Amino acid sequence: MSARLESLVADFAARFGALPSSSEPGASAASGQVTVQMLDFSRRGLHWEAVLPAERVVDAGRWFAERGFALDTITGLDWLAEAQMEVVYDFFHPVHFWRAAVRTRVPRAQPELPTLSEVFPGAAWHERETHDFFGIRFVGHPNLTPLLLPEDAQFHPLRKDFTP
Amino acid sequence: MNHHSPTVAPAPSSGANVGQETFVLNLGPQHPATHGVLRLKLTMDGEYILRAEPVCGYVHRMHEKMGENRTWAQFLPNTSRIDYLSAMHYTHAYVAVVERAAQIQVPRRAEFVRVITSELNRISSHLLWLGTFLLDLGAFTPFLYAFQDREQILDLLERVAGARLTYCYYRFGGLCADVDAEFLSRTRDFVGYMRRRLDLYHKLVTENVIVRKRLVGIGVVDAEMCRRYGATGPVLRGAGVAYDVRRAEPYSVYPELDFKIPTYPEGDCMARYLVRMEEIEQSLRIVEQALDLIPEGPIQAQVPRALKPPPGDTCMAVEAARGRFMVRVVSDGSEVPYRIKLRTPSFANLSLFEEASRGLLLPDALALMGSLDLVIPDIDR
Repeated sequence: MSARLESLVADFAARFGALPSSSEPGASAASGQVTVQMLDFSRRGLHWEAVLPAERVVDAGRWFAERGFALDTITGLDWLAEAQMEVVYDFFHPVHFWRAAVRTRVPRAQPELPTLSEVFPGAAWHERETHDFFGIRFVGHPNLTPLLLPEDAQFHPLRKDFTP
Repeated sequence: MNHHSPTVAPAPSSGANVGQETFVLNLGPQHPATHGVLRLKLTMDGEYILRAEPVCGYVHRMHEKMGENRTWAQFLPNTSRIDYLSAMHYTHAYVAVVERAAQIQVPRRAEFVRVITSELNRISSHLLWLGTFLLDLGAFTPFLYAFQDREQILDLLERVAGARLTYCYYRFGGLCADVDAEFLSRTRDFVGYMRRRLDLYHKLVTENVIVRKRLVGIGVVDAEMCRRYGATGPVLRGAGVAYDVRRAEPYSVYPELDFKIPTYPEGDCMARYLVRMEEIEQSLRIVEQALDLIPEGPIQAQVPRALKPPPGDTCMAVEAARGRFMVRVVSDGSEVPYRIKLRTPSFANLSLFEEASRGLLLPDALALMGSLDLVIPDIDR
């Protein structure tokens, strides 16, 4: 773990008022708390990940963009048993060996969070795909229409209760 | 001056005629220049593009859902059918993410065979791109040369993997079969053969005046645009950024091998062409070194038959022929994945097309699209 990476993570934690890392990532997201956790790259493929409330992901995206990160992808996850949906934002850096992820959870009954497409225009397609597969709505998205599913699709195939 | 030089249209919509002299041109989903079923909705002002909207999903197969309905091992053949021209890299990413999640150590001989076959696959992918890209520009002859050379690689890989395109050669913890002495010696012969052919390509194509007029200064994509859209691979290196996952997030035995990351700062179609041509040479260098260094030994680690990675998320990225391919898997500790996310390079590389093609002449936009080296099933998954 390089000193620069550690100070970078400390900067993020200070900016977003993170609490000391929780042992269960994701557990505290719904209650509006922020956690930051260092990870072992050789086991997880990431250097660190943060859990944020949904309304702060755009600020977080801006923080990454200002430091030259690129958005790798956006991953949806359906936690049916907990009645929540999770959205994971992966970031990589084109120059430094820094891999990070930001996770947030939204209620399954009303899966909504703000769009990141104003910070990263590439997010627009990832969000359309996540909307296709999970029905998660990205508020403020310029064109939240089906990207990979048929234009009249009324279903979200990666929801765990989806049956074809 | 010839009409290929300017890359920006003279302000097409000025004054009272806004919206009156434009028309919508549909390109695809069946069109030779899209290399598969991709559709572009083009808003044109004469021959200039005002807006190009890609319409995707025609070959969407929902690989990610399939991953949630079968065991970890049963999903493996799917991964070679996403970017079917880069199958070794995709299967490599998937076996490596499971190896990382389950902490499986891969024998060294298997890692060297993975590197050799992956780099051969990269060359065959770049050769197919070279042939079809030039075909898009109207040159037929290089296509025939490129396919003849690619055939040599397909024969080599068929010998060890049993398939010519959708390889499923890597397994969790190793390989499904060892390579034999004849494969190694024929691969060494191929390295010398391909170097001579590269000289020929440079004479035939790189220095060709028509090719240069179609590519130099056309379709500029700069490093900042790549970052904003997450574009990687030869597109990013053609914008001057030395980003290569083999170096940036080291995996397998790449840290032991000496290779350069070719970059060109211009960001035009020519830069992306030159990056790929130099990558063929760098892949040959990697193959040559790996052939010298490959040790004897086992090719497969002991892996439980019913594999159950511990609960949690794991990520793994590789440098595929088109750029960064990242897999994020989520395990709930069972024999079936909870979630498999496939982050593909063609998806991110195409997403910048709308911005990059604004103001281009239609034939220049087709050159730009060809220079992105898209594989449509890689976008649609």
